Amino acid sequence: MKSPLETTNNKPKASLRSQVMRAVDSFAFPLRTSHYVELVNPLWSTHKMQARVVKVWDETRDARTITLRPGLNWRTHRAGQHVRVGVPVGGKHYTRTYTISSEPERDDETFTITVKAISDGKISPHIVRNIKVGDYLPIGLPQGDFFLPDAQPVLPLFITAGSGITPAISMIRSLIAKERLPNTVHIHYAPHELDVIFGKQLREMAATHERYQLHEVHTHSYGELKQTKGYFNDEQINALCPDWREREVYACGPPGLVAALEQHFEKAGRSRHLNIERFLADFAPVPDGAVGGLVKFARSEAEIEASHDMPLLRVAEEAGLNPPHGCRMGICHTCNTTLISGSVRDLRSGKLITGDGSTVQTCVCAAAGDCVLDQ
Amino acid sequence: MFTQSTGFPKHLSTEQIEEFGREVDAIRDEVFENLGDRDRAYILRLIRAERFMALGGRFIMLFSMWLLPVFGLPFGGWLPLSLGVGFGAVLLGLAKILENMEIGHNVMHAQWDWMKDPEIQSNTWEWDNVGPSDQWIHSHNVVHHTWTNVIGKDPDVGYGLLRVTPEQRWKPKYLLQPFTNAILALLFQWGVGLNDIIWADKTNAGPKKVLFKRFLRKAYRQLRKDYFSWPLFAGVLAGVTGWALGVEMLSTAFIAIGITLLGNLLANGMRNVWTNVIIFCGHFPDGVHHFRPEDIEGETRAHWYVRQLMGSCNIRGGKLFNIMSGHLSFQIEHHLFPDMPSNRYPEVSLRIQALTERYGLPYNTGSFFRQYGTTTLKIWRLAFPGGGQVATS
Repeated sequence: MKSPLETTNNKPKASLRSQVMRAVDSFAFPLRTSHYVELVNPLWSTHKMQARVVKVWDETRDARTITLRPGLNWRTHRAGQHVRVGVPVGGKHYTRTYTISSEPERDDETFTITVKAISDGKISPHIVRNIKVGDYLPIGLPQGDFFLPDAQPVLPLFITAGSGITPAISMIRSLIAKERLPNTVHIHYAPHELDVIFGKQLREMAATHERYQLHEVHTHSYGELKQTKGYFNDEQINALCPDWREREVYACGPPGLVAALEQHFEKAGRSRHLNIERFLADFAPVPDGAVGGLVKFARSEAEIEASHDMPLLRVAEEAGLNPPHGCRMGICHTCNTTLISGSVRDLRSGKLITGDGSTVQTCVCAAAGDCVLDQ
Repeated sequence: MFTQSTGFPKHLSTEQIEEFGREVDAIRDEVFENLGDRDRAYILRLIRAERFMALGGRFIMLFSMWLLPVFGLPFGGWLPLSLGVGFGAVLLGLAKILENMEIGHNVMHAQWDWMKDPEIQSNTWEWDNVGPSDQWIHSHNVVHHTWTNVIGKDPDVGYGLLRVTPEQRWKPKYLLQPFTNAILALLFQWGVGLNDIIWADKTNAGPKKVLFKRFLRKAYRQLRKDYFSWPLFAGVLAGVTGWALGVEMLSTAFIAIGITLLGNLLANGMRNVWTNVIIFCGHFPDGVHHFRPEDIEGETRAHWYVRQLMGSCNIRGGKLFNIMSGHLSFQIEHHLFPDMPSNRYPEVSLRIQALTERYGLPYNTGSFFRQYGTTTLKIWRLAFPGGGQVATS
């Protein structure tokens, strides 16, 4: 039996499993069987992936590790990758991206994310304080290209700060679990000793594995709000890791650290050996004289005047639209849309995108003059 | 016989109507500002309950087949069988009512879009109804909610089938309308589904042929689920049971298929009649106002509010009645704020009533008996020519 509009036959033949699923889904139309399976166990649903919170654990005063048991269709991450997590706050659904802090070799079918509450943030304090064991959160699949290559580096150097520890600890734990830990140096910045996320585990690892050398740099004294001791600088790295010129560097931290590292390795002509994971998309300076324009969203028939520096995703949201989005920092491509006409600026590189029909990442592109988007 | 009036109230000046509009806007803004976790929990709980009921109803009907007397199993017999199937069908019918009224109708009004939940969005929601969601959104949200009670513009003034105000010119076909109305009630989802196609030329809905093709595609899948897949499932279950117990397989299977068909027909029929009754109480009871196209020329947002208020009627009822009617028992509030989450209508209703009293505007509410009673009387009376002097208030 075929429905009138289903008669195009040049599709590849569906697998037996998908044919069976289609037949079973016909019992649940207009929903899918998965919507009812979800009632029994949200982890079995296939129309969306969810994870159950099985444990919460405070790492520091403002950082918490959340252990999640993902549903069916989960695929194991590579150490260093991140995952999108949906969080309802005040009744509204938000999506944020967090690095997976556990190693893929973990065998209890769970993974962890470690979130630091940003004091004036909206979502992270909610995750750190309000998410309870037993909650279900929609999640995406692991993504991202910040992971150790299969031909693993002979001499890795990790430089991390604050919650930038998360991809590094996943990688180091993974190397240890595989019993393939090379000679590794790790420089980690944190306010003070008791404020180091995973501090105890890091020190234990350093004590048991002599090939893992940990250097903690504490930038604050207890009770102080302002930094008193040095951030990253040339003398520091020469003192802590004299052979840094021979090492492959994996760095993750706030924009200040990342900028200092980029400058340092550029000067030494070793930019190629610096691998960076950023907290936020790093925007290039917008050229003088840049102007915004009238943005038209063709499919939604909405139009709004936009400035030259506001990402188009936010422009669309200001216009009352609710376009799909994920990371909001240009990595997940959930917000991709097509440029019908006009031009936009990629805020990360400052480059103009003009070709009609080119793909635009709305979360990191802003209007450069009038433009029309297929959204 | 009936109080019929058209046009805007004459006792209010344009400035006063504008002030009324500002007060209504303020109420709206206040509610939208404090939407939150409580509202999200409400709709999620409701969707969950509805899915449990639908699934439960269908499986109760299915396993009731083991009560077929031919199997001679314990508790079997025609009476337990009909009780089991009847209970399952009513449960499914109630689920379909919830899905249609409080969930589907309101989600498609974009009442829950503010949550940005990718699962609960007006532009992706598909309801358990023969008409495709987007076509209904056009005929309902775009046409009916914009042109509410404007004669010749709002298809919902009698749906082109009934004469519900003396303002409509009498035609011989209306003589049959008490009968037409009963048929429409039984087949209401088909009427609603075809409404957009019938009026397509007038309302710019699109080419009729395309609309009809998409309608057929949706209707086919709906019919397949209720009148093919599930009955066949019951037939297979009964047949296999018959084979295991050594009774006549084929005839048993056919009886099971037939019974399940009837159960699903009952569930759909129940939903059709209920939605028809509730919706008819929204704009047809005695005292409702109609408008002529010339009345609404140059209409402002404030005038639109007044028209929505005067063109809609509420039904008094308890909490359960409100939920089962999709909060269309607050039709007035629904027409003033079509995209406000429906669980907020009761609290808003008190404020709107107080407002109408200050401005000397009507607020048409009454018991279910009064609202549906006057609607029925009107349909019978207006089958014949005349039916009341039209007062222009």
